[in-house]
Amino acid sequence: MLKRTLLATAALGLGLAFAGGANAMDKVKACFVYVGPVGDGGWTFQHDQGRLDVIAAFGDKVDASTFQENVPEGADAERVLTQMALGGCNIIFTTSFGYMDATNAVAAKFPDVKFEHATGYKRDSANVSTYNARFYEGRAVTGTIAGRMTKSNKIGYIGSFPIPEVIQGINASFIHAKKVNPDVTMSIVWAYTWFDPAKEADAAKALIEQGVDVILQHTDSTAPLAEAAKTPGVIGFGQASDMAEYKPSPRVSAIIDNWGPYYVERIGALLDGTYEQKDTWAGIGGGEVKIGDITEAVPAEVKAEAEALAASIGDGSYHPFTGPLNKQDGSPWLADGVVANDGELAGMMFYVEGIVGDIPQ
Amino acid sequence: MMDFGGINPAILIASLMVASVPIMLAALGELVVEKSGVLNLGVEGMMIMGAICGFITAVKTGNPYLGFLGGAAGGAALSLIFAFLTQSLLANQVATGLALTMFGLGLSSLMGQGYNGIKPPLTGVVPFGPLRDIPGIGRMLFSHDWMVYFSIGVVAATWYVLKYTRTGLIIRAVGESHDAAHALGYKVNRIRLMCILFGGAMAGLGGAYISLIRVPQWTDGITAGAGWIALAIVVFASWKPLRVLIGAYLFGGITVLQLNLQAAGSAIPVEYLSMSPYLITILVLVIMSSGKGRTALNAPAALGQNFHASR
Amino acid sequence: MIRLEKRPLPSQFWQVATPIVAVIMTMFAGGLMFATLGKNPIEVIRTIFWDPLFGEFAWYLRGQLMVKAGPLILIAIGLSLGFRAGIWNIGAEGQYIMGAICGAAVGLAVFPTENRLIFPVMIVAGAFGGWAWAMIPAILKTRFNTNEILVSLMLVYVAQSILAMAALGFLRNPEGSGFPGSRNFSSYPAAANPEIIAGSGLHWGGVFALITAGLLYILLQRHILGFQIKLAGQAPRAARFHGVVPEKLVVLCMGLSGALAGLAGLFEVTGPAGQISIDFNAGYGFTAIIVAFLGRLNPLGIVLAGLLMALTYIGGEMAATNLGLPSAAVQAFQGMLLFFLLAIDVMSNYRLRLKSTAAKMLGVK
Repeated sequence: MLKRTLLATAALGLGLAFAGGANAMDKVKACFVYVGPVGDGGWTFQHDQGRLDVIAAFGDKVDASTFQENVPEGADAERVLTQMALGGCNIIFTTSFGYMDATNAVAAKFPDVKFEHATGYKRDSANVSTYNARFYEGRAVTGTIAGRMTKSNKIGYIGSFPIPEVIQGINASFIHAKKVNPDVTMSIVWAYTWFDPAKEADAAKALIEQGVDVILQHTDSTAPLAEAAKTPGVIGFGQASDMAEYKPSPRVSAIIDNWGPYYVERIGALLDGTYEQKDTWAGIGGGEVKIGDITEAVPAEVKAEAEALAASIGDGSYHPFTGPLNKQDGSPWLADGVVANDGELAGMMFYVEGIVGDIPQ
Repeated sequence: MMDFGGINPAILIASLMVASVPIMLAALGELVVEKSGVLNLGVEGMMIMGAICGFITAVKTGNPYLGFLGGAAGGAALSLIFAFLTQSLLANQVATGLALTMFGLGLSSLMGQGYNGIKPPLTGVVPFGPLRDIPGIGRMLFSHDWMVYFSIGVVAATWYVLKYTRTGLIIRAVGESHDAAHALGYKVNRIRLMCILFGGAMAGLGGAYISLIRVPQWTDGITAGAGWIALAIVVFASWKPLRVLIGAYLFGGITVLQLNLQAAGSAIPVEYLSMSPYLITILVLVIMSSGKGRTALNAPAALGQNFHASR
Repeated sequence: MIRLEKRPLPSQFWQVATPIVAVIMTMFAGGLMFATLGKNPIEVIRTIFWDPLFGEFAWYLRGQLMVKAGPLILIAIGLSLGFRAGIWNIGAEGQYIMGAICGAAVGLAVFPTENRLIFPVMIVAGAFGGWAWAMIPAILKTRFNTNEILVSLMLVYVAQSILAMAALGFLRNPEGSGFPGSRNFSSYPAAANPEIIAGSGLHWGGVFALITAGLLYILLQRHILGFQIKLAGQAPRAARFHGVVPEKLVVLCMGLSGALAGLAGLFEVTGPAGQISIDFNAGYGFTAIIVAFLGRLNPLGIVLAGLLMALTYIGGEMAATNLGLPSAAVQAFQGMLLFFLLAIDVMSNYRLRLKSTAAKMLGVK
């Protein structure tokens, strides 16, 4: 019991030092917890780019030098978060879904430290906010390019794990590929890993051997692009980061996770005293999802079409999941003109009509 | 061309030959190490050191062949630590090997800072000319880079050396009974040192193959457990070089096959497909080990034991 | 030239001095590495070794030491038994996962019933899961002479696939709106494994680890079984004459190490980790192999080795967070520490002798 009191006192002490949440602050210490190494070239790399944006935006007013790579989920995450909170961090960004329970548990003990959890849905205390990006918006754009570019009418998708975020991407890609090319079919390979370059390369190869000539991926390495580069006529897209080294082909465009604007906004709000708890799910419009430069390997009219689609998604005039849409079994999902609501998307565990195969359960 | 469930066997064989190279090379190196009576569990660490050293060398020199040399040197350099600890200081081999993996993973990541997102110089395929155009067989056998053929050559060479040469005899003698070998006047620790270096170099080559040809790029943790599979392949092969080839092709083949089955829209649930390479490897080993005479499967008698000449 | 000469008896002095000398030497070698990375070596080393024990937040971190060391010790003790007998269970990671899945499944099946018996039943289920998973290589070995290294290692990957299936499918939180991962045990008191004394970091897993270490120490010292295990490892033929049935020993050692690994998984999933998730396992099963050997396969040594490993994890984490050290540098540093520990350990059993040319000329060997 003594120790718990101590912990509470320490938290209280920090709280007093910074005098509550809503007031303006002179200096903010922002800390980051990463699930992989910064050198992964994908997910964690992009979060770290966001951290560097914060340093560039605020200079001396923000100390964003503290981050921790390779933090396993569970007990280790809880300890790292506690150490960061004790160490004087004012705002902590936890950048993986698996940190959800640890973030909420530690946040409850440190009411005056702000916690920002990426891709989760739990906000048990007032100091926990969540943020995510509408990657499916970007997938709609790459799906359109894929549908236009495929000559074999077969596109392939390398999935990591069958979770809603990945399923959203598969559906969005397929819907928009089909829209511009009704003959298109999609083969899906589940790698059961977020990151295993050799396996991803094999998956890409397997797809190419099945006649696929456009590869979409939701795993983090550039291996599928490198594999695509070996077969003339096969294209793919950068995932998470721009993967510009494979320009102009096979990488014809990319879906870039761009966390900088959100990090700058939240830390800015903390500095000027306007910070509030919230759940952010921004996409192309909010700048969190960026479409990487569409290269000259794509015909100008396809490029224009894709850019127009991105613009209409960005300004809110079009939603990638707009009815009429049926589920895989043919049952109606969205009626004509109806837009999917966020709750439905967040828990999406079904394919839309036309996709072959079952979601692994 | 025949098709099985939408899969072309010639293309499947072509891909499994490429997919198996890293584990085959690493397993072959480890086989020689274990034949000499040393158990080095640090294959994963040596592979990833080979991957980064090979990558850096290739990028710096612009020459992929030098890259492979660099990879072999990197793997061998790391194995030297293992050799010094276990052969000179008689440290426990299992623990030293595991520590080697830990150290190699860390060191490779440090060395690789600044090498993310760079493309290494490309290694071309061997120009077989008209042979490539033979239907089926051309694609299957004559469309690969030189490392694919080199790895098969090394298997054959290792098999020959171990079975028919004096060097092979000495290595086996040291692995079966170091005391007897010592009594015959062989320098047990020196022979083992050479074997460990060979094992490190081969693991390094396997790692370099991943970062220079298979993937080709550098990212932290790029070997993603291939070293562990290589260790298992040695056991699977019952310490016989030719069976390393079979084991690596079997494992690589099933891995490729399960992805191909998925891509072809097979009805087998994905979650079972994804564990199939491991289960089938176990199954085949069980069949092999229960069918044959027990002695044929035995590991080198002195495996894992350190040798110290008492006088 | 320097040569080694075997001591008739292991040196008591060096058994104690090894870790100290090794840590000091690692500090120098590691310090050099940190300096080349542009960090202040003294500051880094103080952060790793001193701060978790005596620093500003030591009151919190000392408890965390046990959280990290608990599963390592529990698994390593089980493994040490088999290693002594020459039985190579490399797949504790898989047994750890299966223990967690089985235990968690039992608890989640009866959610939200509150009953005092639930947690004890889960403990049994966890031990059973690990035991059953270890029985596969054990029985294949005794029946078909299949090598246990390969089978236990391959089963780790199979267990990881099953873990992904559990997190995505049959154990997924029905209220988690499709997200992967089971319910969190912290919100289910009957099945949770909280800290026994708040802030101490000690949960049932740590208690079990310490009790097991004590029991095993007694077993190895006093019981005939302990003698048989040691004998089987050192002299298999002699062991046979002594009435040891190798098959029984394999089943026993594999089963025990599997059950303990399963227990570690169960305590982790219900306590510090809180839930089944795709990446629930963090490599304890592999690290425990190192811990077992660092502790010289001796239960008490394993407890100390486990604590030392935990210290480098936690201290390394602090160095990474507070001083911006890449986590890869910490990993390399841990590797170095192990190298030095293993290297200096030679002094326990051997002494260094300078072999002079004069002695050689006189024919002294």
